[in-house]
Amino acid sequence: MSAIYTERITKMYNKVHALNGLSIHVDHGEIFGLIGPDGAGKSTFFRILTTLLLADSGMATVAGHDVVKEYKEIRKKVGYMPGKFSLYQDLSVEENLTFFATIFGTTIKQNYDLVKEIYEQIEPFKERPAGKLSGGMKQKLALCCALIHKPEVLFLDEPTTGVDTVSRREFWDMLASLKEKGIGILVSTPYMDEAGRCDRIGLLQEGKLLKADTPKGIIDGFKKSLYAIKTESTYKTLLFLRKQEFTESALPFGEYIHLSTKWKLNENQILSKLKEGNLIIKEVKRIIATVEDVFLDLSSKKSTI
Amino acid sequence: MKRLIFLIEKEFMQIFRNRTILPMMTILPIIQLLLLSSAASNQVKEVRISIDDRDKSLFSYELIAKIDATKRLIVKPLPLKSNDAMLAMQNDETDIILKIPKGFQKDFYRSDRPELQMLVNAINGQQATVGASYVTTVIQNFNRNKLKQTSALTSPIPIFTIKDRSWYNPELKYTHFMATGILAELTALLTIILSAMNVVRERELGTIEQINVTPIKKWQFILGKLIPFLCIGMGLLTLGLIAAKIAFNIPMVGSVSLLFLYAFFNIVAVLGLGFLISNFAETQQQAIFVAFFFVMIFILMCGLFTPIDSMPKWAQYATIPNPLAHFISVSRKVLLKGSGLYDIKWEFIYTIILAFIFNFLAVRTYKKTI
Repeated sequence: MSAIYTERITKMYNKVHALNGLSIHVDHGEIFGLIGPDGAGKSTFFRILTTLLLADSGMATVAGHDVVKEYKEIRKKVGYMPGKFSLYQDLSVEENLTFFATIFGTTIKQNYDLVKEIYEQIEPFKERPAGKLSGGMKQKLALCCALIHKPEVLFLDEPTTGVDTVSRREFWDMLASLKEKGIGILVSTPYMDEAGRCDRIGLLQEGKLLKADTPKGIIDGFKKSLYAIKTESTYKTLLFLRKQEFTESALPFGEYIHLSTKWKLNENQILSKLKEGNLIIKEVKRIIATVEDVFLDLSSKKSTI
Repeated sequence: MKRLIFLIEKEFMQIFRNRTILPMMTILPIIQLLLLSSAASNQVKEVRISIDDRDKSLFSYELIAKIDATKRLIVKPLPLKSNDAMLAMQNDETDIILKIPKGFQKDFYRSDRPELQMLVNAINGQQATVGASYVTTVIQNFNRNKLKQTSALTSPIPIFTIKDRSWYNPELKYTHFMATGILAELTALLTIILSAMNVVRERELGTIEQINVTPIKKWQFILGKLIPFLCIGMGLLTLGLIAAKIAFNIPMVGSVSLLFLYAFFNIVAVLGLGFLISNFAETQQQAIFVAFFFVMIFILMCGLFTPIDSMPKWAQYATIPNPLAHFISVSRKVLLKGSGLYDIKWEFIYTIILAFIFNFLAVRTYKKTI
């Protein structure tokens, strides 16, 4: 039995597809990362699965229960961490946790083993109002509150947005240990670099699943040659490259330009071509694709169709 | 049950932790009570009168002296040359113009039924009617005395006299009348705003989204809000009663516990309406506008400022779904008149029906989905 199973979930907002035939499945003890830009439909999908919203069509089960017919069962068995921090800011850390434990008809003591690792980190601040915690602390508390009733499935909607790098890393470590306990985790993030921490990822754009696979599978599926070019005038180089016949796509990636070519070339061929354009090139190297490359490639393909 | 108790506990924790809302809920309404009750008065204390005396006789001077001697009437002198009293009224320098025609004295002695004319500025209706009746009384008394002096009859002229006595508020103390009404008004006002704001606030903060994904039941959620606010409403009523007793020494003829029993149902009704409003509002701004819409209608049509009996028939029926009107009526009846349960049965019945309808709708329209 899958922790989450959806089949062609569709949701429209004013004739715009927020979700367009989304089918995924997540197993127990698996982290599934939903990766996509803002407005891709991630939050809508979470709300449907957490029984807050009804889909227009398609079916979904969570922990083996239908999201429409057995929503009451689901609410007992899932932990949900909304994208926006939604604990009581004027209640202390401890009070928030007690509150959610009581609502689920349990106590902190009863399920302490599950949240122990996370709670220990915020325990020194347990008297502090939740609103006065730092971003990373807030996320940890929210995770504790989502876990306090021992959920079978965990929904984390952009848990690391607005959180510093160290806290983000810690957060993913926690998810990894929760996974070990057999919890199925669906997590969304706009950050491509977090994809590697998931067992499987789904690339989502405009409500459509572009691809779903393991991070490795996604990268391996990228068959094109990819080069990173470092130059002094990025914009000029970009324009120049886009005019070349061999160019499939040329996109800025930080201080580099990622160039994917239609046929195989070597570094020197590219370098000499660039020199024709009177461009000062610092470095050209062949690289292995990242999830971001794949995503951009897939989404650009989609938009040209 | 444990869940509900904890929900209530949580609500109280949040209320008592909020340093600004607590004084706002207690001290501000008491200040309002004291201020409004002593300031809002329909009593007409001073009426300005200008007398356009064309007769200039002994007779007219006597009448003017009588009017001048009346405490509530202030005679405004008119400039001798221009007798344009209308101008004075237009400039809002006088409320009433009394015109004494030429030959007033002569006509009286000739038994020619002399006529006086009174012009009243009705911009302020209250001032006009009350002032006019003051003047009429003075003139009638003057007339009677003059008749006695001039009449050939030795036996007294039979004249009806009316002695009026104000029951339930014998000294006609306006504060007694107002304080009892305003107390009810403030309690209802506070509770409707509190409940309308609270749920929307949770929606704005996003906390409701987290709550909705829990097995918590709708009625548990609503009750978890209703009970704490009910306590606050009752607390405010108690404080207000004490304040009104100390400040204005309002009478408490009837049973105070009956008033509290009624207040219980009334506050439940008002809270239900507040929750209903909050269910349809996305933001606190929307909620406050809708709440204000109801509050304004409730206050202006509750009988506090204009008596319900003097409203048009349709408006009188429109006060039936107005919980505030019943509250004020009960508060006055119980405190000033000493009414028992039987006397206020209609208020009770209407309020219980309203409480049921509002809360039923509030639970029904509260959606755990978005």
